[in-house]
Amino acid sequence: MENKTEREKMTHLMASFISYVSKKLPDDVEKKLAELRKIETGDLASTIYDTMAKNQKLAWDLDRPCCQDTGVLQFWVKCGTKFPLIDELESLLKDAVVESTFSMPLRHNSVETFDEYNTGRNVGKGTPTVFWDIVPNSDKVEIYTYMAGGGCTLPGKAGVLMPGMGYEGVTKFVLDVMTSYGLNACPPLLVGVGVATSVETAALLSKKALMRPIGSHNSNERAAAMEKLLEDGINSIGLGPQGMGGKMSVMGVNIENTARHPSTIGVAVNVGCWSHRRGHIIFDKNLNYEITTHSGVTL
Amino acid sequence: MSEKKILTTPIKDEDLKDIHVGDIIYLTGHIVTCRDVAHRRLIEEKMPLPVDIKGGAILHAGPIIKPLENDKFQMVSVGPTTSMRMEKFEYEFIKETGVKLVVGKGGMGEGTQRGCKEFKALHCVFPAGCAVLAATEVEEIEDAQWRDLGMPETLWVCRVKEFGPLIVSIDTDGRNMFEEKKVEYNRRKDEAYEEICKHVKFIK
Repeated sequence: MENKTEREKMTHLMASFISYVSKKLPDDVEKKLAELRKIETGDLASTIYDTMAKNQKLAWDLDRPCCQDTGVLQFWVKCGTKFPLIDELESLLKDAVVESTFSMPLRHNSVETFDEYNTGRNVGKGTPTVFWDIVPNSDKVEIYTYMAGGGCTLPGKAGVLMPGMGYEGVTKFVLDVMTSYGLNACPPLLVGVGVATSVETAALLSKKALMRPIGSHNSNERAAAMEKLLEDGINSIGLGPQGMGGKMSVMGVNIENTARHPSTIGVAVNVGCWSHRRGHIIFDKNLNYEITTHSGVTL
Repeated sequence: MSEKKILTTPIKDEDLKDIHVGDIIYLTGHIVTCRDVAHRRLIEEKMPLPVDIKGGAILHAGPIIKPLENDKFQMVSVGPTTSMRMEKFEYEFIKETGVKLVVGKGGMGEGTQRGCKEFKALHCVFPAGCAVLAATEVEEIEDAQWRDLGMPETLWVCRVKEFGPLIVSIDTDGRNMFEEKKVEYNRRKDEAYEEICKHVKFIK
């Protein structure tokens, strides 16, 4: 019985957190956008940035999702094996999405494949997506909540390069995405790059990279240097806000990596749009929570 | 900045002749949300569009709607979606419907460019992600058609006032701002590639 009450409590808290993330950008994104706004001086770029700022204020004042495309919800959970609600977690996250969908409201973004109908509840077979990391001997859970719209999901690309193509090949792979689909994915973008062995290992890392705060660096010195090289390189292309031209293109480039098979370099790119709705919340075993991405929030 | 340029539906060919790529305009009158499946239905399935948009405007968008009483709706959040997804159909779409303003996000391709030139129409970008601002510029949802497609794909007929800013990306001369920009972007990308390659020869 007690577990049932706790389950309901966590469901409501997560529903409130999802709704919050849908209307307010995380602190690091707000700060970066303000920085980039100052650098852009052209009429068009300035108008776009000012429109963006006006929109964020309206979303807050009117308590609405700041972008209409509230994504197919994704959760990255780092769950302690001793967290009391571990067995309930996946199903309660689904319930939380439904609750937020009707209370906020969020857009109905789950279309069943092959049968091709919209479920009308924003959840479906395998959605929301829950990625699991199991943490031994912990009684806490960390949850990254992420809403990526269709626009910034479209550029996603993964491939496997031959070692002869090297990190030069990785560079080309990333840059080519920027000037093709990246243009339409609502720049300034946050670019996530995964470097590993195969398509799925690289792809998961590229998404994980987008969970990292803007301005954080890969712990490997060369990978961190490559983050900076790519950031400066993509900025020099001058995509500007909305890809319509300006001095800058990205909010940052985050690379995540693992060791690789000697014969392959798996590489993947995922981009987050300027409206990068990412939230990070940590629950202890009594469901006391801490939010690291947004300051001053009480759910 | 010069005076605010406002188009009013129904739009006539001559209303568009002095508007060029890069200009910022606003729309007063009606705009209908219309995206992937609606385009497919009209062009591939030959189903007539249940809303007359001759001289009108469409918005590539799938909004968040709140149902009110008496079959009325509130526009909660309505930003543009990636226009390029509709590229495959847009030439035929402009030809069939006589639409004058296509609003979305990002660029469109050669077909739309040809459609805009031949049939006198514009493609414009509403700054994407600015969906609450756009929603507050919708005065009323007057009609909803093809509701079987679900919330994002329904044709929501919106009465709008000074809807914008709309940045012209394709004009009636057939100029295409994104395609022109892409040439510059690709040149700078090649330079960036050469520079980065000097520093990433980690395999040796």
